Amino acid sequence: MQDQPLPEEIIAAVARFLREAVAPALEGALSFNARVAANALEMAARQLRDAPAGEIEELASLRALLGSEGDLLTLNAELSARLADGRFDLETPGVAEHLWRVTLAKIAVDQPTYWGYRAALNDRAAAPD
Amino acid sequence: MSASPSETRPGDAEVRLAAALDGLARARLGGEGVIDLTRLTAGASQEIWRFSLREKGALTPLILRRAPGGERVADTAIGPEVEAQLLKAASAAGVPTPRVVHVLTPEDGLGRGYLMSFVDGETLGGRIARSEALSDARQVLAGQCGAAMAAIHRIDPEAFPTLKRVTPREFVTQYLEAYRASAWPRPVFDLAFRWLLDRCPPPPQTPALVHGDFRNGNIMVGPEGLRAVLDWELAHVADPMEDLGWICANSWRFGVEDKPVGGFGLRQDLWAGYEAAGGAKVDPDRARFWEVFGSLRWGVMCSGMANAFRTVDPSIERAVIARRTSETEVDLLRLLAG
Repeated sequence: MQDQPLPEEIIAAVARFLREAVAPALEGALSFNARVAANALEMAARQLRDAPAGEIEELASLRALLGSEGDLLTLNAELSARLADGRFDLETPGVAEHLWRVTLAKIAVDQPTYWGYRAALNDRAAAPD
Repeated sequence: MSASPSETRPGDAEVRLAAALDGLARARLGGEGVIDLTRLTAGASQEIWRFSLREKGALTPLILRRAPGGERVADTAIGPEVEAQLLKAASAAGVPTPRVVHVLTPEDGLGRGYLMSFVDGETLGGRIARSEALSDARQVLAGQCGAAMAAIHRIDPEAFPTLKRVTPREFVTQYLEAYRASAWPRPVFDLAFRWLLDRCPPPPQTPALVHGDFRNGNIMVGPEGLRAVLDWELAHVADPMEDLGWICANSWRFGVEDKPVGGFGLRQDLWAGYEAAGGAKVDPDRARFWEVFGSLRWGVMCSGMANAFRTVDPSIERAVIARRTSETEVDLLRLLAG
């Protein structure tokens, strides 16, 4: 068993250090980049935390949608191909819902403060099922 | 806003740059030297430096814009020499731009790039969209951007034979190929490309010289409004409606969703400014096509940063921009499957 503190705790501490201690002590591009670095670490931490469960769900959804087997890359390429050549579109049962679920899971890792993400959540909360 | 060289310990490259600028100032600019050299961007596609030219006891602030390391010009960019020529033509056409002071030559020892006047003002998109100090500017900015676009579209494309000529379908296909080359499937992109290819407008009757990246983030604004249109490196000859759609893409609204023009203005003000300044009558469907393409185009540009990060520029900023691709996937789904 590896020891503690846990990786996510260490990453959070380094991100905090960059944002709260390093960035204010620097100016201009270096200060900006220190904040970018803090954000990048936190993004990586969100992915390490959330992606495993999210990708298991995505894989199951892709198998159901496509009726075929394969890994995430293969099945996403297959979905892409069907959307590109018109075999699938937004009217195909399950497609719109799949794309929304997967996209929202991605943005929740990448940029959870993105205003378009908040707007999309509001739209979907307001929309009738 | 930026550190002065004395505060940041200049590297060797910076010392060499300062020495070369000093020589250029004496040889070509009628000055005695330069001081206060400061790097303004850590950007990977362009280096931008600010410095002051000493001449007759006075200091004139200038900007050096050059290829990274002086030499690396992206295949997709038009090159700094054409960019400088374009700035001059745009200025003559009535577009607010910085004044080109000197185009670098090999003898200058500074690589490829040019010097231009320093224009003071706000360039940060979020502040242009929201800052209290710029609330008056926001009343007129969309109309001024429309007028600037009309002036750009009047520049004679024949004077710029090296700029790429593209039809709408070629332009969409070019980004489709860039996306495919990334070999990373994004079903939302395929959905959007299909939507666009099914609705591709025919080539325009009169192709125009378009800025190609006219958006909030590439303009400089003061309290009275538009001061300069910047970043001309993606200029090409194409459908003029492209510029009018691109500035309205979701990606440049900085959270101000009810102001589709860069988070600061309304489409009707942009279009009215364009038409009043002599631009063609705006076709709303065509503008909408380019607005949707705008989200997808920015998405392809962002996703391409992953490869750039792994090859030419392993900066954290590149990595983080690559991971903004999913913002455009959200935007596209809201546009197409909302």
